Formats: sequence, C-alpha cells, structure tokens
Amino acid sequence: MYAFTYHRPATARQAASLLARKEDAKLLAGGHTLLPTMKQRLASPGALVDLGSCADLRGIARKGRNLVIGAMATHAEVAASPEVREAIPALAYLAGHIGDPHVRNRGTIGGSVANNDPAADYPAALLALGATVVTNKRKLPAGEFFTGLYETALEEGEIIVKVSFPVASRAGYAKFRNPASRYALVGVFVAKRGGEIAVAVTGAGEGGVFRWPEAEAALRARFAPKSLDGLAHTAKGINSDIHADAEYRAHLIGVMAKQAVAQATGKA
Amino acid sequence: MSVTGIGASVRRKEDHRFITGQGRYTDDINRPGQAHAYFLRSPHAHATLNRIDTRAAAAMPGVLGIFTGEDLAADKVGGLICGWMIHSKDGSPMKAGPHPALAQGKVRYVGDHVAVVVAETLAQARDAAEAIVVDYGVLPAVTETASAAKAKTQVHAEAPDNTVFNWHLGDKGATDAAFKAARHVTRLDIVNNRLVPNPMEPRAAVGDYDAGEGAFTLYTTSQNPHVARLVLSAFIGIAPENKLRVIAPDVGGGFGSKIFIYAEETVCVWAAKKVGRPVKWTSDRTEAFLSDAHGRDHVTHAELAMDADGKMLAMRVKTTANLGAYLSTFSSSVPTYLYAPLLSGQYDIPAIYCEVDAVYTNTAPVDAYRGAGRPEATFVVERLVEVAARQLGKDPAKFRTQNFIRKFPHQTPVIMMYDTGNYAAALKKALEIIDYKGFPKRRRDSARNGKLRGIGFSAYIEACGIAPSAAVGSLGAGVGLWESAEVRVNPIGTVEILTGSHSHGQGHETTFAQLVSDRLGVPLENVSIIHGDTDKVQMGMGTYGSRSGAVGMSAIVKALDKVIAKGKKVAAYVLEADEADIDFKDGNFTVKGTDRKLDFGSCALQAYVAHKFNGQDLEPGLKEGAFYDPTNFTFPAGVHICELEIDPDTGVTRIQRWAAVDDFGNVINPMIVEGQVHGGIAQGVGQALLEGARYNADGQLVTASFMDYCMPRADDLPSFEVGMTVTPCPSNPLGIKGCGEAGAIAAPPAVINAITDALGHEDIAMPATPQAVWRAAQKTLSRMAAE
Amino acid sequence: MANLSMTVNGKPVTANVDPRTLLVQFLREHLRLTGTHVGCDTSQCGACVVHLDGKAVKACTTLALSCEGASVTTIEGLADGTALHPMQEAFREHHGLQCGFCTPGMIMSAVDIVNRRGHDLDEKTIREDLDGNICRCTGYHNIVKAIAAGAAAMAGGSVKDPVPPRQAAE
Repeated sequence: MYAFTYHRPATARQAASLLARKEDAKLLAGGHTLLPTMKQRLASPGALVDLGSCADLRGIARKGRNLVIGAMATHAEVAASPEVREAIPALAYLAGHIGDPHVRNRGTIGGSVANNDPAADYPAALLALGATVVTNKRKLPAGEFFTGLYETALEEGEIIVKVSFPVASRAGYAKFRNPASRYALVGVFVAKRGGEIAVAVTGAGEGGVFRWPEAEAALRARFAPKSLDGLAHTAKGINSDIHADAEYRAHLIGVMAKQAVAQATGKA
Repeated sequence: MSVTGIGASVRRKEDHRFITGQGRYTDDINRPGQAHAYFLRSPHAHATLNRIDTRAAAAMPGVLGIFTGEDLAADKVGGLICGWMIHSKDGSPMKAGPHPALAQGKVRYVGDHVAVVVAETLAQARDAAEAIVVDYGVLPAVTETASAAKAKTQVHAEAPDNTVFNWHLGDKGATDAAFKAARHVTRLDIVNNRLVPNPMEPRAAVGDYDAGEGAFTLYTTSQNPHVARLVLSAFIGIAPENKLRVIAPDVGGGFGSKIFIYAEETVCVWAAKKVGRPVKWTSDRTEAFLSDAHGRDHVTHAELAMDADGKMLAMRVKTTANLGAYLSTFSSSVPTYLYAPLLSGQYDIPAIYCEVDAVYTNTAPVDAYRGAGRPEATFVVERLVEVAARQLGKDPAKFRTQNFIRKFPHQTPVIMMYDTGNYAAALKKALEIIDYKGFPKRRRDSARNGKLRGIGFSAYIEACGIAPSAAVGSLGAGVGLWESAEVRVNPIGTVEILTGSHSHGQGHETTFAQLVSDRLGVPLENVSIIHGDTDKVQMGMGTYGSRSGAVGMSAIVKALDKVIAKGKKVAAYVLEADEADIDFKDGNFTVKGTDRKLDFGSCALQAYVAHKFNGQDLEPGLKEGAFYDPTNFTFPAGVHICELEIDPDTGVTRIQRWAAVDDFGNVINPMIVEGQVHGGIAQGVGQALLEGARYNADGQLVTASFMDYCMPRADDLPSFEVGMTVTPCPSNPLGIKGCGEAGAIAAPPAVINAITDALGHEDIAMPATPQAVWRAAQKTLSRMAAE
Repeated sequence: MANLSMTVNGKPVTANVDPRTLLVQFLREHLRLTGTHVGCDTSQCGACVVHLDGKAVKACTTLALSCEGASVTTIEGLADGTALHPMQEAFREHHGLQCGFCTPGMIMSAVDIVNRRGHDLDEKTIREDLDGNICRCTGYHNIVKAIAAGAAAMAGGSVKDPVPPRQAAE
C-alpha cells in the first residue's frame, strides 16, 4: 500500500466533512474491494475515511411498505436479519451467498452498491426491487444509480446513507458462481410487485447490471418458471472472459432466471 | 500390534504446535537487524534489458542496496542449474540456456527477476523498485506448447527451434511392427493442463551472514535443504558447504514446488553479505503464481494397438512438453524418465515407444509437481485404455483385468522391473466399494432427474523412491538418490533421529517415531525426529517422489539395526554373557535361556558410563548412522473409481462417490496414509475439473490469483471411500512402497473417464469446467435427440 | 503513525502503527502472534482468519486501525490455558491437518461455523461454510470430520468417534 492518513468519524456528517476536506480521500466501508486493490497498489487514496464507527449508517428496519437497510449493514447482518427474512427473503438469501462467511462479516451493502462491481450481487436486487439509494444529499432510484462498470451516479463527496427497498410480493435470486472467485458469473434477481415484474441480471452484462424485458413480459403473462421455457437471452452485449464466454453466460441467464422464479414461487 | 508401533493410526506428535498456532514457518522467523527484499519483476514475457537505471531508486528512503544481474556476475555468482542431463535421440546433450538468478541482458517470462531492492521495510523496498527505470526492448513471445518449436521467436540462442531435446524411449521397430499387425488401434489427442502447485505457505527466505565466521545461514521453505546447500555451494558458489547452513523449518506444503533452488532464495542469502544485514523475502500469492515452478503442460498424441481379442500389443506416444523459459532444477527428468517408463501402466504391453520433444516458451519454468511425469503418463494410459474398451464394446473393468500383468517380477519394455503387485485384487475391491453392479440403476435415476451420470476408472501405477543411485545416475541424474539417518541414543535412553528426509505435512515426526518405538521398545514420547537443518543432519536428499517412507525410513532401519547390534555388545558386558547369546526384544536385552535382562535405557546408560567394559575393546556411546541406497524403484499401484453427475443445463459436474483402493505395501500409520490419499485425490480432481494456468498470446499469465485460478474448495469435493490392499515391497526392509502422490496420479483420468462416460463422447479436455462440460453436454443432448 | 488500542486474546494492547498496517501484520509483526498466516492477496484462502468481536474475519483485509477498541481472538487465544479447545482437539484426533499452514484459519472458521449454526452440523453445511478457507493438503475429508466432531464436543460431547478410528483402521 501507499501511505495514507486514516480517519474514523462517528457520524455520516463528520465523514462527509472529512471527505470534503482531505485531499484525495476515499471512504472505507467493509474494505473487501478497496483494501486488496490498495495492497496491489492499484489504488492510492491520500486519506481513508473509515465509516466503521458511524452508528447512523447502521441498522435495518421495516418502515411501512419499505425495508430500509443502513449502508454499513454487513452482508451477514442482512442475511440474518429477521426484518429482511420476513419482508424480502430473497434479499436475505442473496446477502447470505455473497463471497464467504468472513467476507460477509465485513462487507457492507453500501460498499457493494457504491463499487458497482459488474459481478456483485446487490445491484441485481436493487434494480429488480426498484430500490432507492439514499445519500447524504439526495435519493436516487436504482435505475438511475448504476451507470456502468464500476460507475454510479454518486458525485464527489456523496455518501450512501441507506438503501430503501419497496417490499415485493414475491422475489427470488439465483446465482451461478464463478468457481474461482465466487463472484456471480451470472446472477438473476426476479421481483413481483403487484402486476409489476422485474428481472435484473448481474455478472453478465458488458455494461454491468441490466434488466431483461423479454423475460419480464413472459412472466407478466404468468409468474412461473415454465413461462421462461424456450426464452433465451441473446449473447449480444454479454461479457466474455476466461471463465465464461458470452454464449454460455447468455444461456446461464435463462437457467438462473428460471431458478430465481422457482425460488420466488416456492418451487425451488 | 502395539498402539504406537508400526500399523497403528497414532495421532500426530507435530499437531500440537500447529493447532495452537506455535508452528514455526520461515516467515515467522525474524533476525535482529533484518532488512526486506523486494524483487522487481519483468512485466514483459520476452524483452531485451537495454538499460536498468537504479540511481533515483537508490537515493530513496530506507534503501540499503539495489542489485541486478550485473552485480551477480561481478561477484561470480553462478546461474541456477538443471541437475538432470537428458540426451536427444542423436546423442547430443540437452540445450540449456543460461539461467541467472537476476536477469542478464534479457527477460524471458512475466515475473522474471530484473532487480532486487533491499530496504529497511518492505514498503520502502517496493517504493524504490517502482523508481527503477528499465528500458525494455519488447520481443514477440512464444507461449503455446504445441507450436513453440515452429515459432519465429527464439527464447534462448542456445536452443534452435526452442527445442531443449528430442528424446525417446523404447523399441520403435518392434512397436511399429506390432501396430502393423494390430486389429484395433485406439488413438487419442491429449492436453495435460498446466498447473500451479500453490502450497498454502508461499515461498520465503531469510538470508543471514556472520561476518566474524564468514558464514551464511539461509532459512528457507525447502523440501530438501541439503540439496539446496549443495547447489548453492557447489554450483552457484555462494560459499563452501562448511560456511553455509540451510534451515528449512516448518514448511507449509510443497508438492514439488519447494524442491527447486530458485532465484529469490539465492539472492537473499547472497545479498545478506552485500548489505551486511539479514535479508528477508516472503512471496505473496501473485508472485507465487508468476515464479513458482509450474507443473504438467504436455500435448500428446497416443495410440494403443490391440489384437482381435482386445489383448494389448503395443503403445506409441508422442509428447511435446513445455519446460517454460528456463530449465528448473529437475525439470528435464519429469517428461522423460519420470514419464515414459510408466507408460506400461498395470498392463502387459509387449512393445512401447515414446518420443518427447521438450520446448522452451516465454512462461514460468515447469518442473515436478505432485506425481511429476507419472500423472501425465497415467492420464495417457488410462484414457487410452478406457476409450479402447468403449471402442471394443468391452466393459472397462473386464478389459483392464484381461490385460493386467499377473506375474512378478515383470520387465516392461520401458526400463521398469515391477517387483510385486496384485492389480486384480485392488480392482475387485474398488468395484465392491463403489457398488459397480448398482451403477446402471443409479444412472437411470439420474436420467429421470435430467442429469447425466458417469463412472470412470483409473488403474494407476507409479514408480517411487526414485532410486537406486547407480540407476538414476546412468539415466542422467546429477545426484544420488539414497537417504541418510543417524540414531542418537541419549544416556537415559531417549532417542533422537536425524533424518535427511524433510516433513512438510507428511507427518514424519510421528511415523518415523513409530518405527523407532516399535524397533527399540521405547515410548513414542521418548523419540524426537530432527530434520531440516544442514548443521544438525549431515547430509540428505529430502522429500519428494514418495520416497521418505521407502528410502528415508529404510535408512533409519539400517541405523537402528546398528544401534541394536552395538547395544548387544554393551549388554554382553553388563550381563556377563557371550554376545551371541544376547537377544533384543520389546525393549530388553536378554540372555538366552536365563532371566537376566537389561532394558534399553539402562543399556544406553551403561554405554555412556562405560564402567562395565574396557573402552579399548568396545567404544563408549550409542550412536549410529547409515546411508540407504535402494535396489529398485517401488511400485505403488491401485484402482480409483469416480462416479459423478452432470447437470446438462449448467454444465456443473458433481462427484457423487469416490472409491480408492491402493496398494502401498506395508503401512506404518494408516490414518496418515489415508490423509495423503485424500489430499492427492483433491489435487487430481482440481486438475481434472478446476485448475488450469493460462497465458495469453503476449505471455501474460491471466490466471495469476485465486480469483482466476480455481483451487479446490471443500464443497467441490465429496468424502472419499478409501480401501487398501497389501503386497509388501520386496526391495526394502519395511516393505513400504510410498503413498504421497498416488491420489494426484490416479484421479484425473478417473474423473475424465467418468465425464466422458456420462457424455457418451470423448470430446472434453482438462479442466472440465462448467462451460466446457455444458458445451460438450449440448453435443450429447443433440445426439440423444437425433436417436 | 497513529495510536491503536484493542484487546487481543483477552489482554489489552496498545501500539503506535503506520495506518497501512493490516490486522494480520499487527498480530504477526507487532505482537509476534505468528499463528495467524497469510496465504493469498485476494481475501480468499482464509489462513488469516481471526475472530473480531466474536465474528470470523480475514485479518489480511482489515486495517488494524479499524479494530480500535475491538476484541480480537487468534488461534493462540483459543485454548483455555493448557487445555485445548474442543475444536483444536478434534482437528488432532481426526487428522484434520497436514502441513498446518491453513490450520489456524480453519480452526477459527470452524468455531465460527458452530457459533452461527450450532452443534449438529451435517457434511453439506460444513463444506459450504468452508467457502472462505482453502487447504491444499487434506482434500478436506478429515477437516469436515473434525469440524463435525468438534462441533459436537463444543456442546459437551466427545471429539472421538463412537468407534475410535485407531481400531477402525485395523
């Protein structure tokens, strides 16, 4: 690592002020992307603002028709939360399958969302569930928040405070893990809210997380795995790498979508 | 059998320190005043080093020294060596290009060593390394095994066509004639994928120089500290052996990769004198991927000829082996003498001919990795045999049985004289364990769930011990492959065993102590095993090739025999009897026909106080040493059967059951031996399903971390069902054959044979990743649909 | 440099560290607790697993300064004096280690699995929850056995199988 100064604010407001004042400052949440990158000297922030003591960024609560998760809630906390398991069990399932148990004890929803790794799990959930990312400055619908590979609508000095999920009537998540890294090679989150259906795909898109309108249309007719029979995602725009080419990933999108619907409908 | 003696599953003596965090690995060692080394590595696969400007870097904070290949040359530090001479068909010696520890004039793979920075802290060393300005003249890279000989780029000026050697073994005429007369010929093209050994402990070194004594100490992650000292002393020229101590403390796994003498360890010990400070280097995982010697990487065309009844007549094999950018310590022996002599497998094959072309490429050096040559041979044999059975419409178990060698000793057409074995017995037991009869039903059940189920066999043989010395010497080895032992009995009867073997997970501190406890009748806790320090153990050859039981323990037996013989002399004086009347049993020296006895501890005391005998007639003391040189290789063999299920929708392969029946000869500690089998299978399954090192056309290693190189994890594997058969090895005193590599040798063809059985076609290569299997399964499904 | 205080294996420690110091470096280099190992750079192998406020974390991917005021338990702090923790005893009894390098992280992860999932662990659960620990020696077979036995023993049972393997192997 290159040298940096370390700061540990107690509130999000203090964090924002540090972020504004310190040159080349970066926020440290769970650190499971940032620290390995810094160890490899691929990132060199001048200052780290550790959000670990910001109590106002923690907490998970049901608020009316929304499930609100603090940015610093760890994956393990989300996975184990009775509120999450009650409101959106698929979200708890997703959080419980990120990385490994140790990663889940440190990694946070805010960190994952802000990083927008194209192979991360959370972006698919946010997009499919129509979540809102609440920052210290504004509220951003998920559809506007994720703007490209590792790119988000977050501006300089902006801190994610919480993520608000409208409670879905049904939801499911299926992921095909990269055998080596255990990130999503393909992950599909499906959600049904009233008549509204969303299918969001992570891990596969050349531009990061995206929605699959054809599957959504098919599921609108009937929300069942069978509705996706014969429906294949095109390989166009799908990512190819040493682990999986576009054709295979495109195929897996169909398979995972079905599994996700099966989970959502209690048929998994 | 006693609860601690030979044959007992004694819990390991070494475990206490490991489970309490008290193990002492090289990176745990810190010397007073220690500085840190960071290696600047080439980002290019192939480039001339036009200029290295270290001036700005040298002025940076904390920097104690920056060295390049020129500094090594100026100090007359020799290059790294390859210790096994192979001659080509035409009699010419292999073409070995120079292998300086720090590159001179040219870099030849990504990760090659350009310079070392020694600084007060690792961060400072790394900061300074970034300030070194290197003018590279980038050259095209050659990375493909199959086409390396035809590439326009030449890795070493000494090796035209990038060819190290064109070697062969066997009778070409007889083999070609047998093929002409054959009724059936099975042909296969095989790629044996390149692997990265990845012991969990990365390599590390601490070099120390005592200016007063003019002596060096190197703490290092080595499987064979004495070989390291020999090479560093006699060939690289760091210091004479009496001024160079090599210590390999607890070592966190090796699997072959810690046999070799590498650049980093060499530079650390040399640099310690240059900067006048101890110098420490610990590899990070990325460096390990780039610079540890890799394994395998063969491209092979193989053919098996049979008569009308399916009797094997001949085998013909043509292999290209990628040895990487430089010849590593034993690299040349792996695709030659550790490979082709195993091509007879467990079968009676009258004629075999094998050609091996070894090539240089701009990739990390390739050398021995668990099994070393024998997994590659077994993969060729067992894939050929399985496919031949399928083509002949024969049951794979019956086809194997039909061709098994049944009479011993058996001289194969490729050097080896198999001494003993019972291959049919192992197969029978494995078939019982896996419930072969029930397989068709299990396959139908899988099909009902939309899954493809397959079963695959692997009847492997390996040659272990890697000896006798005279034999390996005649085949080109630069060293002898004996082992040494010293038995030091202390005055109160406790025993220290000094062994030239090295334990890095194998449990020698327990198994060797079991042997001593068994032979001398002393309690296990009174026996200490000392290894891994050239100042304590005089000489040894280390641990690899499953040799520590068969060779290392045999040396201990020899020394123990001498101790007992000496003890009898002492007892004869003490008990006032004729030496010929002294018996030794269960820890007591007794006089035949009387009740007079002397226990072992008292005998030891008497040997040291020497009150009862005249020191001119009998030397005081009780300490004996021995060197043991085997008379033959040993031949562990067995049958592994893998049963698995493929989800054609995703390509995911799940191993459902694994039966392993191995004949390791006599077994000292079944618990430890079974553990070796488990670990070997996991590495073999890793090769078959998950692992593969890949370079792109520019020579960048694109699988340089655990994010991209898939290591087997717990949920990739099943529990294993392990059985054993025993035919004692006739060539060593304990009847041991060796067990360390068997699983890694047996497993890959068992997995691929099972996958191809499930698929109904042979079109799949290792690693059979989900994507590869999915694609292959689509072919299966479309065929099924067409039928 | 920055001041740091935390509790390690029940003892308060204070130090002045470079902010770059990872928890694993703090343990190994400042406190000389070398039982916690480093086996990779990508937060995957789990050789560095320790308990941070009772939860298993990768000490190679945690800044020491992030642990200000926290309580850390390493493999050295697991035993109760000279009495081994049941999970340590189970690893020895079931030959759940060979070279020993991954072992401290394995044992710390194993205890964490029991803390999260209870004492009655089936093979599938154990294998899935070992996602963050890589062993190159054992093929996991005996690690899985050891964890199942250790989990039961932590509830007050014995770490031994009903049939001791010593006899079973004969």
